[in-house]
Amino acid sequence: MPPIKEIRGRGLPLPGDDIDTDRIVPARFLKTVTFDGLGDALFYDERYDEEGRPKDHPLNDPRYRGAEILIVNAGFGTGSSREHAPQAIRRAGFRAIVGESFAEIFFGNATQIGLVCVRAAPEDVAHLMATVMERPETELVLDLAAGELRYAGRTAPVFLPEPVREAFLEGRYDPLEVLLNAMDRVRELDRRRAAPGKPGLY
Amino acid sequence: MGKTLYQKVWEAHAVRELPDGRTQLFIDLHLIHEVTSPQAFAMLKERGLKVAFPHRTFATVDHIVPTHDRREPFEDPLAQAMLEALRKNVAEHGLAFFDLDSGRQGIVHVIGPELGLTQPGFTIACGDSHTSTHGAFGALAFGIGTTQVRDVLATQTVAMNRLKVRRIEVNGRLAPGVTAKDVILHIIRTLGVKGGIGYAYEYAGEVIDRMSMEERMTIANMSVEGGARVGYMNPDATTFAYLEGRRYAPQGADWDRAVAAWRALASDPDASYDDRVEIRGEAIAPTVTWGVHPGQSAPVDGRVPDPAAFPEEERPQIEDALRYMKLRPGQRLSEVKVDVAFLGSCTNGRLSDLRLVARHLKGRRVKKGVRALAVPGSQAVARAAEEEGIAEVFRQAGFEWRAPGCSMCLAMNPDRLVGDELAVSSSNRNYKGRQGSPTGRTVLASPLTVAASAVAGRIADPREVFDLGGAHAAD
Ligand code: SF4
Repeated sequence: MPPIKEIRGRGLPLPGDDIDTDRIVPARFLKTVTFDGLGDALFYDERYDEEGRPKDHPLNDPRYRGAEILIVNAGFGTGSSREHAPQAIRRAGFRAIVGESFAEIFFGNATQIGLVCVRAAPEDVAHLMATVMERPETELVLDLAAGELRYAGRTAPVFLPEPVREAFLEGRYDPLEVLLNAMDRVRELDRRRAAPGKPGLY
Repeated sequence: MGKTLYQKVWEAHAVRELPDGRTQLFIDLHLIHEVTSPQAFAMLKERGLKVAFPHRTFATVDHIVPTHDRREPFEDPLAQAMLEALRKNVAEHGLAFFDLDSGRQGIVHVIGPELGLTQPGFTIACGDSHTSTHGAFGALAFGIGTTQVRDVLATQTVAMNRLKVRRIEVNGRLAPGVTAKDVILHIIRTLGVKGGIGYAYEYAGEVIDRMSMEERMTIANMSVEGGARVGYMNPDATTFAYLEGRRYAPQGADWDRAVAAWRALASDPDASYDDRVEIRGEAIAPTVTWGVHPGQSAPVDGRVPDPAAFPEEERPQIEDALRYMKLRPGQRLSEVKVDVAFLGSCTNGRLSDLRLVARHLKGRRVKKGVRALAVPGSQAVARAAEEEGIAEVFRQAGFEWRAPGCSMCLAMNPDRLVGDELAVSSSNRNYKGRQGSPTGRTVLASPLTVAASAVAGRIADPREVFDLGGAHAAD
């Protein structure tokens, strides 16, 4: 996996607390055997009316086209464990999310696929949103090595758990390779422990 | 110092500490369904990997199956494709699959316990957040994302952060008409939908101790709506009695050994917790939601809240919820007209839920104009309900009696709300658009309240409709 040290791009503001995964990707779009094309389902019911006509939504706003950093408030990604949510965000072209807080399962799912979620103080998020709404062309620099977000001559500290930050910097955010390194010990656990229909330790 | 069940189970499954500070955790039981597994199998293939321990993964199909006409091919080609993909993947990797013709198909969180796959002390993972349900058995059970489904298939492990543990004691007694569903809705309202973030919930106390396994599952199921990824009860005689003789449960001499081991897993009396909460059973009323998340609820005989009564920063969210729900501040909940009644899901689609409702529904009729669906959680539940005459009670009362699946809980199959219909639903989520229509409205409630509302044609207090006695506050 390529290391992720810095993400540069424009921002897209998505105000509101507790935006849940049903809103991020409505359930009917889960009817697929691949993640391809999921980017189009992102916030579908908020972007289009029942006849499929675009509504007033930042994702439909041409000024934000090509934005790579999503800006959100608190409790983003609450609800289901569906990885379709971060996958849709990633496939719609976003590489990072800056917000006040994230739901736990969402955060983990996003991290594993290299979608960087960082927290910032509520007043910093508010300032960032206001700036981007006023001047969508503002370039944001999310510097993971320094732990800060720079834009429009301003620097705001951003937070993520230290081990996660290191995993991004070192390209270890997808843990499969690491998990595969301990298979001897795992095989031993499998032999000793009970399984459905098979006795063993509990 | 003693240990909690969480600690003991965690320690027994820790493979090692990872460089990123997380723990590599061994998974005893992996459950999969058609929605969150196909991409995981594709990722596995991409890397040229196989399922490491096929005897620990079990599959079912639940989310997309039609509940009215199950002849294949399904009307919806996407649904059919998902089922075919699952069939292909389980065949290729030699996994057990409870397909539609197996007689054992059902919602993943209903069949796991039913078949005895779910056992105390297990770590259980599934690409589905309501995996917390299995915690009712004293298992450490949690939802995972699709990439982690891949990890479990490939290594039988996941990378996890250890959670804190909050003990929630529900003591005293429940009043007549108050059920496990009301208890968990009350807990979520009390602690908040984010209150459980970073925690595993340990449910205990006199009320929980007296509950059946199915009632405990209803509570553990909705831990995740309270923000807790994991919820569990300590295993006890009720747990063992439920499991004994089930298909995948230990048998004979193994059974006795297993019970002894399970007993030892329960939290020690002197275990220390990161937090403790006590709730009085008497304080819990039949509860319904009025908003767009499971914490926005009130007693069924109460009123829609007035945003003005809340601190200023909370008002916009409440106003938004009321706008979406088309409810007026201060309006009596019992004045709210109901279009759909949905009885089912992994929260309340078990035999005991249907039995309880049938007992009270007998001889009554669903109000004209209300579309009422009863969807058993599994084929085993459906069979038992037919044999006991329960299914017939539902049909006589005007419910549509359907085939097992998730159905209108999230409407990935043809069962869905239309326009801004309002459903009183025994499921677990009332997010905007959850039941298939972007403007559809969901009121979460217990099965008894769903049935009472179906009969009354409006949100209704089961204590009134079914003459359950017990005082309730007149306001
Ligand atoms: S019944 Fe609902 S909550 Fe349960 S697994 Fe199915 S869709 Fe998910």
